[in-house]
Amino acid sequence: MIRWIRQQLGFDPPHQSDTRTVYIANKFPQHGHYIPQRFADNRIISSKYTIWNFIPKNLFEQFRRIANFYFLIIFLVQLMIDTPTSPITSGLPLFFVITVTAIKQGYEDWLRHKADNEVNGAPVFVVRSGSLVQTRSKNIRVGDIVRVAKDETFPADLVLLSSDRAEGTCHITTASLDGETNLKTHYAVPETAVSQSVSRLESLQAVVECQQPEADLYRFVGRITVTQQGEEIVRPLGPENLLLRGARLKNTKEIFGVAVYTGMESKMALNYKCKSQKRSAVEKSMNTFLIIYLGILLFEAILSTILKYAWQAENKWDEPFYNQKTDQERNSSQILKFISDFLAFLVLYNFIIPISLYVTVELQKFLGSFFIGWDLDLYHEESDQKAQVNTSDLNEELGQVEYVFTDKTGTLTENEMQFRECSINGIKYQEINGKLVPEGMTEDSPDGSVPCVSREEELFLKAVSLCHTVQISYDQTDGPGDPFSRANGFSPQMEYYASSPDEKALVEATKRMGVTFIGSHGETMEIKTFGKAEKYKLLHVLEFDANRRRMSVILQKPSGEKVLFTKGAESAILPYATSGEIDKTRVHVDEFALKGLRTLVVACRHFSADEYQEVDRRLHEARTALQQREERLVEVFNFIERDLELLGATGVEDKLQDKVQETIEALRLAGIKVWVLTGDKHETAVSVSLSCGHFHRTMNVLELVQQKSDHECAEQLRRLARRIKEDHVIQHGLVVDGASLSLALREHEKLFMEVCKNCSAVLCCRMAPLQKAKVVRLLKTSPEKPITLAIGDGANDVSMIQEAHVGIGIMGKEGRQAVRNSDYAIARFKFLAKLLLVHGHFYYIRIATLVQYFFYKNVCFITPQFLYQFFCLFSQQTLYDSVYLTLYNICFTSLPILVYSLFEQLVHPHVLQSKPALYRDISKNSLLSFKTFLYWTFLGFCHAFVFFFGSYVLMGEDTTLMGNGQILRANRQLMFGNWTFGTLVFTVMVITVTLKLALETHFWTWMNHFVTWGSIAFYFIFSLFYGSIIWPFLHTQDMYFVFVQLLSSGSAWFAIIIIVVACLFPDVIKKVFYRHLQPTSTQKSQMYTNCVAIGDDFIALQPLSRAKNQLGKISLLRPTRASDAWTPCAVSQRGKTPAHGWAGWWSE
Amino acid sequence: MGKKQAGTGPLSRRPDNSAFKQQRLPAWSPSLTANTVLPTFYILSLVCLLLGIWLLITVENTHELKVDYTNAGTCEECFNLRKSPNDSTTACTCTVSFHVPTTFPGDVFFYYGLRNFHQNLRRYMDSRDDAQMVGRKNNLKTPSSYCAPFDYDADRNPIAPCGAVANSMFNDSLTVMYNLMDGSKIQVPLYRKGIAWYTDKNVKFRNPSTNNTFPLQQAFEGTTRPLYWQRPVYELDDTDSNNNGFINDDLIVWMREAAFPNFKKLYGVLNRAQGPFTEGLPAGNYTLSINYNFPVEPFRGRKELVISTVTWFGGQNYFLPIAYLVTSGLILVTAVVLTTVYVKVGKRGKNMEE
Repeated sequence: MIRWIRQQLGFDPPHQSDTRTVYIANKFPQHGHYIPQRFADNRIISSKYTIWNFIPKNLFEQFRRIANFYFLIIFLVQLMIDTPTSPITSGLPLFFVITVTAIKQGYEDWLRHKADNEVNGAPVFVVRSGSLVQTRSKNIRVGDIVRVAKDETFPADLVLLSSDRAEGTCHITTASLDGETNLKTHYAVPETAVSQSVSRLESLQAVVECQQPEADLYRFVGRITVTQQGEEIVRPLGPENLLLRGARLKNTKEIFGVAVYTGMESKMALNYKCKSQKRSAVEKSMNTFLIIYLGILLFEAILSTILKYAWQAENKWDEPFYNQKTDQERNSSQILKFISDFLAFLVLYNFIIPISLYVTVELQKFLGSFFIGWDLDLYHEESDQKAQVNTSDLNEELGQVEYVFTDKTGTLTENEMQFRECSINGIKYQEINGKLVPEGMTEDSPDGSVPCVSREEELFLKAVSLCHTVQISYDQTDGPGDPFSRANGFSPQMEYYASSPDEKALVEATKRMGVTFIGSHGETMEIKTFGKAEKYKLLHVLEFDANRRRMSVILQKPSGEKVLFTKGAESAILPYATSGEIDKTRVHVDEFALKGLRTLVVACRHFSADEYQEVDRRLHEARTALQQREERLVEVFNFIERDLELLGATGVEDKLQDKVQETIEALRLAGIKVWVLTGDKHETAVSVSLSCGHFHRTMNVLELVQQKSDHECAEQLRRLARRIKEDHVIQHGLVVDGASLSLALREHEKLFMEVCKNCSAVLCCRMAPLQKAKVVRLLKTSPEKPITLAIGDGANDVSMIQEAHVGIGIMGKEGRQAVRNSDYAIARFKFLAKLLLVHGHFYYIRIATLVQYFFYKNVCFITPQFLYQFFCLFSQQTLYDSVYLTLYNICFTSLPILVYSLFEQLVHPHVLQSKPALYRDISKNSLLSFKTFLYWTFLGFCHAFVFFFGSYVLMGEDTTLMGNGQILRANRQLMFGNWTFGTLVFTVMVITVTLKLALETHFWTWMNHFVTWGSIAFYFIFSLFYGSIIWPFLHTQDMYFVFVQLLSSGSAWFAIIIIVVACLFPDVIKKVFYRHLQPTSTQKSQMYTNCVAIGDDFIALQPLSRAKNQLGKISLLRPTRASDAWTPCAVSQRGKTPAHGWAGWWSE
Repeated sequence: MGKKQAGTGPLSRRPDNSAFKQQRLPAWSPSLTANTVLPTFYILSLVCLLLGIWLLITVENTHELKVDYTNAGTCEECFNLRKSPNDSTTACTCTVSFHVPTTFPGDVFFYYGLRNFHQNLRRYMDSRDDAQMVGRKNNLKTPSSYCAPFDYDADRNPIAPCGAVANSMFNDSLTVMYNLMDGSKIQVPLYRKGIAWYTDKNVKFRNPSTNNTFPLQQAFEGTTRPLYWQRPVYELDDTDSNNNGFINDDLIVWMREAAFPNFKKLYGVLNRAQGPFTEGLPAGNYTLSINYNFPVEPFRGRKELVISTVTWFGGQNYFLPIAYLVTSGLILVTAVVLTTVYVKVGKRGKNMEE
């Protein structure tokens, strides 16, 4: 019963079978037990709201936020009971905040609606009742046959039925899904491939059975049953038969496919969601502070209530003769009165919780994040890529990073592979000018027109040029003819597309050496060996996967012989090799790895006819299995890939990216620990690590590799821990491999962490993608809870990017999956330095000050109100007028802090970048530590006391404040009332609070000037205006001309000045003394910027336009001031090589 | 987002090299260092010192005298009489004599002061109807509910002016007599008008319109006087008919609620037109005679007469000069300490170096 209700409510999905059955063209069987299945339609809905549910749904979402909910409650309390302020005072700011947020979200949703409509309304062609019908994309149903023409995107996930090619293949690119730009060949099963026209499709009787929708783009398991002449033919379906929504048809005129997953069930749509929300450390401390303030609020309200009743114990204070109560008030119950008094105090003090904090923070993050995308220094010209911000929630987290986890390939390196060396049959070769030269020989050895190539070399080259999944694109082959027929003439525009850059590099290398891969056409692959064309029949491809770490092809030679070529990581192949120069090759592979080359080992296996039959049968079985297909495939692959004959190994160089060394060094100086996580083998990883400066030559490198057992691993860990203690080396580096890591993590997590923490550089090699994420999680959840950042470029880094606090994607060659799943994306690793050291630093300082300031200004705001209660017998009289209460946070003090939080630069960006150590100043959330929080709160209370009691001493006994009538003869000697007093306090407060921010501001652009002085001016103008009108609808005209009267009093001006000075003076003193006695390094470098301003490097680093202006200044500054006070800097400037970029200053 | 990929050239996505987008806006970066702050401190200290001295001299020139008449002199009797609210209608007058030690030169201001009277209670402050006081006919007859329980009397007649504030208006009348050497007394002449804010008197408080055709009394017809008042609002001032109704100066002064329980409100200004008062209030003995109406015993309050002269910035208030002098001193001390620190530690930039 409960289950049924839950199902109806949508908690439980209705019972589903594991597979879905799709009748092609929706031809359901006339007889038999057919249960109609319900599928989603093909509408894509990325929008959150509709016109009808926008208001309720958006409000619901917004009020889920605790602060908004709190203000709603306050508002309701004000509506219900008799409270000191009108409901408008909290209703209006709440309305403002809610409206701003709603407008922002509504606008975003409107954009999504527009995009959705465009997609859903796109015209598509569907085969219906025997003819081709044009309809809208959203009308496609599961089972429809869809026609897609060249260069169109697929409107739903389709199973390919036929293409215009006889063999039923088509090429697609999935760039918009995963960013892989290579062409992929997809196949139709032979039985349907013949149905190339609408009429033939009409007669097609087929059923597709496949799994229920799932998000994995690369997994599809299904089978198709074609009924031909009463006979059922079953064919397996895999990812290569499925055309994903969003992918684009290439090189093929048209295809027909049957829709299997539509709309929100398509793989693309399933991949949209499930982006987990990351919250920054700042936001967490913000929430803590909010709770503390809630505590203060409750405390003040309770204290006031208790004092009120203590005071009112005597009747004459409860109800003096001049302030009689109504009968109703007298008769209401004591408890009710008590509660309503408490609530009234709550309302009175509620502004201590800064209502506009969230909306300001949101605005600041949203607007502030534009600066990352705009930054020219993060723009990569070669690839025309600028930095990209996917979430603005984590801007400030960039300033808090303690651990950086980086991928190696494509992140530290260019991922631009260059074939360098190879080892064939135990002999090492180098590529020199397009020729293979055995080691020791020089290039100029006499070679004729026909190079002599040994049998082994040829076999090796053929293996390399055949064992891959490279596609060829011919630039101008757009015609209907297949590329293959023309390619015989060897088109010079031929270009290889490969999903793996290694493969591309290898195929290109063999081409240079004379074995050219010309193309694959259906089931044949053609190569040209030294001018002689050879055709191979492609029987099977055993695809690459990360666990097996190898891939194979089974080919039929022109001679009819069947052979398997396999290539893969040496650890994945050498153990299975039975013949060939295994030992020598292993030595060579290690040598390659030491040089930092990526190694692949190539092997082959010849099948006898019987063997092949067995292999073929097993493969077919596994591939058509519906259950546990993957497990069974792995089993079969392992069965096939053994007894290999080793052919040789290749060494491919992956160039380091620009400035990787400097960046890693800068990060290290910033106190960030850099971990390199890579799938590469140990030696390669170490050598790259050394060359990119991750490991130093002087570093004591500890190793935890090839641990086979738990016990052994623990033993080694203890040994390492001891070594760290004993060896008095400054820096340690640790190398761990995947297998040992999983052992270490399983049982000895603590010990392992202990070792890791003492190492300044850690290198993890042979890592599986999930292991990367596991390492990140391990660090993240360790007791110190450090902030982690993961950076990578490939799909294998996605899990780590999502796991880390901040995930950064590199826009590299391995597709855009990492970029899509990242929080920020940059084009090159070197940009990380600026992103963290400059942008992170700025954002952190901005938001931290923003948060602290917000709490400060609200304490200042509400504490005088609290103090006033001591003078008005806790009668809940407000000190300020309602309008001031309402506008304080949304008008008078909102803009300066917003502008500050967008533009503040504590130190010049170039200094931040050149002195990474400054990053340590803000580490561990230092500006939001409890100490600083207390300081700001304390300051707020102090200022509030000064405002209140300053004004009290001035006016308390109602001393006359007006002069003798020189100014306004008519108004001499007038008395001020409580509203004037409140306005005085408020005026002093607005000025002080604004100037306090001015003191914090270190970067005064015209905007800061404008909003700071503008806010004060606005307050004055507004008050004058507000006080000059008898407002309708108000039952008391409290503020009428109050402000003018206040300003016409000379002593009020004097008081305002002295109170403001008294408030801010201690703060100035504190700042000056701290700066001189205990300067932080940030402050030191501020001094540095101010006084030396600009050194040579400075100019080099600056954009040209600015540098020119400053050249003039140096000549003025340098001889007078810079020389003696700043000798260290001067020295460093002199003794620096230009190549060192930013390395100079910190080395002192 | 700016423009969306304007061109398709090789560098089409290149961000603008503008000062704004590159966060290179020209800016002034002040930093609080001894160099910049010290001169400011010394100057500020000096300025505060001078201002403080000037203010002090000014304040020294003001005079103030307080005469507490709650139960002084012959007022003891009245004080006791007013203890019970029953006798509120019984008139009671009393006198208190006091001595003015020095001549109060120039304009002299007379205030009544109340202690311990909370005009700042929330319910009390809300208990008024400004719409009624501005002379709107509708509101005259239907006072705002905020005025409750002082909105209608027992017979449901609307009260004008309604509310607790008006109801509790200070209703002692004070007369000061100057005792001449020969034993005779002359009354110290006071201006009893022009003591409220101009805007209050002329805009915020208006009588219901009378068109000059019928007397004020008629305009208030259908309303009744506040419970504690002895006279209706249109007869508050029997000397000047233009000072009656809502625009009565005393009423307006009272309606501006004081911020704190101890306060004083302006009662009158010395009329220096004639006699011994042309130069101000001469030294000598005075007698204060009081029409004692306002009860203070229920809230343990005090009543007083305050006589004061003022300068350009107000009455006798030592807060400002003291505040300025203390601030000046503190700034000076810190500046000196800072100079010492700066000379000993900071000058060579030791702490600033890396």
